[in-house]
Amino acid sequence: MSTNLRIALRFLTARKRSMLMSLAGIVFGVGFFIVTQAQTSGFEQFFIRTILGTNGAIRIEDKFQDTIFSMVAAGHSAGASKFEAAADRSGRKYIEGVEDPALITEALRKFRNVSGVSTVVQGSVIADSSFKNDSAKVYGIKLEDHLAVSDLAAQVLRGSGSLEDFRNTPQGVLMGKVLADRLQLKPGDSLILQAGTEQRRYRVSALYATGVSDIDRVRIYLHLGEARSLLKRTAGASFIQVALFDRDRAPQDASQMEQVLRHSAKSWQEREESWLQAFKALQISAALTVSTIILISGLGMFNTLAMIVIEKTKEIAILRSMGYMRRDISRIFLWLGAIVLVIGTIGGWGLGAGVTYGVSKMPIRIRGIFSADSFQVSWNIWHYVVATITATVVVMTAAVIPARRAARLEPGDIIRGTSQ
Amino acid sequence: MSAPPDSSGLRPPASGLPAQGGKAALALRCENLHRHLGVGEGRVHVLRGVSFEARRGHVTAIVGPSGCGKSTLLYLLGLLDQPENGSIWIRDQLMSNSSDLDRTAARCAHIGFVFQFHFLMQEFSALENVMMPMRKLGTMGEEQMAGRARSLLAGVGLADKTHRLATQLSGGEQQRVAVARALANQPAIILADEPTGNLDVRNSALVFDLLTRLAKENNQAVVLVTHNPDIASRCDEIKPMRDGEFVG
Repeated sequence: MSTNLRIALRFLTARKRSMLMSLAGIVFGVGFFIVTQAQTSGFEQFFIRTILGTNGAIRIEDKFQDTIFSMVAAGHSAGASKFEAAADRSGRKYIEGVEDPALITEALRKFRNVSGVSTVVQGSVIADSSFKNDSAKVYGIKLEDHLAVSDLAAQVLRGSGSLEDFRNTPQGVLMGKVLADRLQLKPGDSLILQAGTEQRRYRVSALYATGVSDIDRVRIYLHLGEARSLLKRTAGASFIQVALFDRDRAPQDASQMEQVLRHSAKSWQEREESWLQAFKALQISAALTVSTIILISGLGMFNTLAMIVIEKTKEIAILRSMGYMRRDISRIFLWLGAIVLVIGTIGGWGLGAGVTYGVSKMPIRIRGIFSADSFQVSWNIWHYVVATITATVVVMTAAVIPARRAARLEPGDIIRGTSQ
Repeated sequence: MSAPPDSSGLRPPASGLPAQGGKAALALRCENLHRHLGVGEGRVHVLRGVSFEARRGHVTAIVGPSGCGKSTLLYLLGLLDQPENGSIWIRDQLMSNSSDLDRTAARCAHIGFVFQFHFLMQEFSALENVMMPMRKLGTMGEEQMAGRARSLLAGVGLADKTHRLATQLSGGEQQRVAVARALANQPAIILADEPTGNLDVRNSALVFDLLTRLAKENNQAVVLVTHNPDIASRCDEIKPMRDGEFVG
């Protein structure tokens, strides 16, 4: 153990009460920082899992053609790069839907990061039960393909029918729980779907709940062939849903797909930008709020160390007379800060982890943008790292000033009793 | 250079350097030291061209009335302060204009201090206090340092109180620990500022005897500032000071 650390450890007991207060501030600051980050990012991660499990990582939609406006905007005439040209969407002419889904699907499967592709035909219908009718949207899918790009299998509610029934029943439908409740339908019941003049009878195979009420209120899954017949769309697709191995690469992949396929490709980050920004703002706001606890404990630390410097001027002078350098004195006080920082941070980690675990077990009913019955938390090492960095910056900054002041003390002045 | 430490960690006196009589080696020398203290109208010319020498094995007392500049001179000699004019040599090395780093290193290796108010580190035991200068010098291992500290504390009659905190010792005992601490790094020079000023007669005599005996045994130069005429009279040399100058 270094001599400076040894001295710092003894000085630590000089002002026990205020040291303990500073320590408690750091423990609570670090702990609550971790808890708030775990919660906000927990809900964000849950939201992302929900939207990825429902709408996929990338959606390939309308075909587009460049116009003279889009080319000028993209800088073709100014010699801009190919990427910049592709990135500019203004002035493009869009043609609704995917004309040749088989061709696009084949091309998509060649992307290394693509794990699944599902062709979807979508259209508006009136759903009519014996109780009432309501507007809805049918999504024609190939079940196996769609299971590969969504969490539909997990979203089917236990005890509310089965996917197996849907797989084996050409007239089967998967219906959102909210819509089914409005129409008072349960698995096995029949309903009529009307699109334009076309009316067909179907049977509810299973109910599902994505947790996103906007989806669960309107969406009905049909077999792709049935949807084509009902909507009278014998060819093409409304969109193609794509799943990725690495979801974080979606924007880059979408950009590449757009260039290659000449179809609009939207990543989940782009589709859900507003919600993601709201989560990010919440996360930053929580971090800033909780950081004030660390900041206040840092001020307390500064105050405590400044008091110790005043109380220990004679000890500083005697150390200097014995040959301890200015940097030794400075290090003693930095060690003091570091000791409190280390104990406080480790305590904060423990508190943060404990409270995070406790919070994750707390029941809470959330319905709307997602469905959750308990607090969602995210266990992420970076929450602990950022909390530690924040505490380190605050505490060590608080320690530097008293440390420098202590190092500047002139031993002769102190011993003579004329120290200012 | 002094001889290596023996098994107890204590170095024997350097050979060829007579403790008394003859021409002992110079440990410390200063010439024409000037120092002002205070600011503005309160500025006082405390030292007015003081020159001084301290030899190994000799005990020199600086005496004089309060405010004559004794302590200021001692702090300058101990490199705790810097003169405005004049030169200080520690073991023939000019130190008066050297950097703070060099002066601090010189204090660590060559100078031991004993102050009126012992200035022990209250949170540390007697043993740890004595080991403190050795830890900084860093020439001995932990066991060797502890051994030497125990020997020094035994030498000042505190063998059975090595693990007591400074706060658990009497005033006289604390000052004896301070003497042991001043001797810890076997410095060439011991500077003592009123080392007995805060002690009763019995403890004053005890501390002075210890300081001078151990310093002479180790062939160290002792310069002490005192108001006590009995103490001064027992030193090898008395240097009276008045108004910032040596007189007589």
